[in-house]
Amino acid sequence: MKYVPLVWAALWRRKARTIFTLLSLTAAFLLLGMLQAANSLFSGGSVNLSAPIMIVQARVSFTSPLPMRLLPQLEAIPEVESVSHSQFFGGIYKDVRNFFPQFAVNPERWHRTFLECRMPDAQYQAWLQSRTGAIAGRLLADRFGWKIGDRIPLTSQIWPLKDGTRTWTFDLVGIFDDVSKDSCVRQGNMYIRYDYFDEGRQFGQGGAGIYVLRLHDPNQAEAVARRVDAMFENSPDETKTQTEKDFSLNFLRQLGNLNLILTGITVAVFFSILLVTGNTMSQAVRERIPELAVLKTIGFGDGSVLNLVLAESLLMCVIGGLAGMLLSLVVLKIISKLPFGFPPVTAGLHVWLFAVASMVGLGLVVGILPAMRARNLSIIDALAVR
Amino acid sequence: MFKQTAAITSMNLRAIPQRIGTSWVIVIGIAVTVAVLVSVLAMVAGFSKTLSSTGRVDRVIVLRGGSNAELSSTVSRENTINIMDAPGVKKDTEGKPVASAEMVAVVALPLKKTGTAANLTVRGVGLKNAELRPEIHLIAGRMFQPALRELIVGRSAMAQFKGVDIGSHITIRDSEWTVVGEFESGGDAHESELMGDIETVLSAFRRGNTFQSVTVMLDSPEAFAQYKDKLTTDPTLTVDVEREPDYYAAQSKQLSKLLNFLAFGVGSIMAIGAIFGALNTMYSAVSARSLEIATLRAIGFGAGAVVVSVFVEALLLSLVGGLIGAAAAWLFFNGNTVNTLGANFTQVVFRLTVTPHLLVSGIIWSCIIGVLGGLFPAIRAARLPVATALRAA
Repeated sequence: MKYVPLVWAALWRRKARTIFTLLSLTAAFLLLGMLQAANSLFSGGSVNLSAPIMIVQARVSFTSPLPMRLLPQLEAIPEVESVSHSQFFGGIYKDVRNFFPQFAVNPERWHRTFLECRMPDAQYQAWLQSRTGAIAGRLLADRFGWKIGDRIPLTSQIWPLKDGTRTWTFDLVGIFDDVSKDSCVRQGNMYIRYDYFDEGRQFGQGGAGIYVLRLHDPNQAEAVARRVDAMFENSPDETKTQTEKDFSLNFLRQLGNLNLILTGITVAVFFSILLVTGNTMSQAVRERIPELAVLKTIGFGDGSVLNLVLAESLLMCVIGGLAGMLLSLVVLKIISKLPFGFPPVTAGLHVWLFAVASMVGLGLVVGILPAMRARNLSIIDALAVR
Repeated sequence: MFKQTAAITSMNLRAIPQRIGTSWVIVIGIAVTVAVLVSVLAMVAGFSKTLSSTGRVDRVIVLRGGSNAELSSTVSRENTINIMDAPGVKKDTEGKPVASAEMVAVVALPLKKTGTAANLTVRGVGLKNAELRPEIHLIAGRMFQPALRELIVGRSAMAQFKGVDIGSHITIRDSEWTVVGEFESGGDAHESELMGDIETVLSAFRRGNTFQSVTVMLDSPEAFAQYKDKLTTDPTLTVDVEREPDYYAAQSKQLSKLLNFLAFGVGSIMAIGAIFGALNTMYSAVSARSLEIATLRAIGFGAGAVVVSVFVEALLLSLVGGLIGAAAAWLFFNGNTVNTLGANFTQVVFRLTVTPHLLVSGIIWSCIIGVLGGLFPAIRAARLPVATALRAA
């Protein structure tokens, strides 16, 4: 600990060079933080859905709705606690850039299945009373500044009303919070009432969409999936049943190899920053050779000199890296407010762990060769600048 | 003046090998930045190329009013007849409209690369498909037969998905289909699809008489306005009428915007990082040369000549970096296929396209980085106090 001032002084020996290197490091870690946060979104690393919830979709694809008549058979399965159904509504709020998902559900079934979503009982009762009622997740309500009682017009790209017009109007009666770990998954959704939707739509009556099962015990997921799919095998409505987590992951995977591209860029950034900092450290040691020799002369051991140089390199990478990561937090906040329709991306714990590991790794890699050089100096040669 | 500049610059450049280690920092830093920029922009170019090459100006797609994509559209059988019979639609030799009322459906099939399921479009096309889309050529196998459960597969879909080779069977709901042919259509979006006879596909998906879009060929591109007016004023129809290139361009807008943002956002941050790297290198180059510069100044060389020599060094190194980066992007990524979700929740396959324009803009970026990275060190070199620098030696 007592060497901290020494390391600090060495770091600032050449102010301009250190500042430029730190700024390079900041830029690199700014990118790393942002790209890895986006990457974890695309690769589903942040999908941590752990509720015992399963999704039953039509085998051919989730865009084909399953009929309502499957409901009693699904409810009869003993391992299933409750069943909800959910039809994607595809509504646009004012502008396509405001995209958020809406689903037509039965409020009672929804309430029994998504136990993690909570709202005040008075709001739930209001939803049961109002056919045009809709509820929104906290994130969504905050995004548009909605309050209870607001009327929300949505233009459906899929479902016209009976008269051929496409603008449906809903009354916001409730705002719910999701208390599970993955709160941000559902809190960006809106739920409308299926009965109102089914009566109003021009076609497709009796289609339920997908089914959502809540199990008593998450360990039975696999058995239930097999059972459900066997139940409807060779019927006109073959199903594919998977956990909510797998369903989300499969959807994200379809975005294609975007995550590969992000990984590629991260590697490229890393490679160039390795060069910049490596160059700085080797210069720093080269021009300080006589000083290091003096340190050795007054009694510093080979090991201590090695540690001093390594500590300097680590310190530089950590300072620059942390600055970049903090900046990435700010920039991600700003981007999520821009009208690109980006989902709110946040750097989760694993992104931070990855970043810190990268800083330390980088510090050691670029520090080790100069540090070895410092350790192996012979005092006589170094003092004589030979 | 010019002679001085040339003399110092050439001396300086010949000395670069002595500083090769630090010079690499500029070259590689810029090469990486340019490579990333060019390859992400190549994705944008490839994606727009795939979607904008789908379609011709004299071909029109008709969807239900307000639907942004075929998947969310519905058109009844009566309406398809009105749409195809409206004036302006080209007629074939038998006097039948060159048009196809179509449906699209989505099937989930495993990808070759990962084995995970991804969505593939199945398009039911009418009997006039061959006249309507002359760009479609079979490259293997044969055409599907109407009324049989047969499909032809696009070249990109075949490259991307497992189990769609000619002769393989695909189960759609409770019916089994055979792939009988492979087609190409000039690298457009249809190459990522399966096609079959419309009536057979409709019945397999139990769609009854509900189609999703109608594509018609017009007599001429100029007939569009008249045709559109006719349909939009018809009280029995609520439809959107768009030329194919406009329709497909709108589909690519969102992703292109996102990728452009990614390219320029990431590119700028990397460029900033590269500028600081370049500053470091050039400052250390100046300080390594301080004795030499001071000597030159002492024997009468001007400050301008010194500035130019530092500048030229920075620019030259950046240019080399830019060339390496652009070449790497072209060598490694040009023609690589990428797949992503398109408008119908199905996979669209496209090729990274490194255009000459992108190569040039990459090199321009590298020069900008070089100028910014060389400017301050060059000024510092010029201001070096001669006496102090000489004494320091």
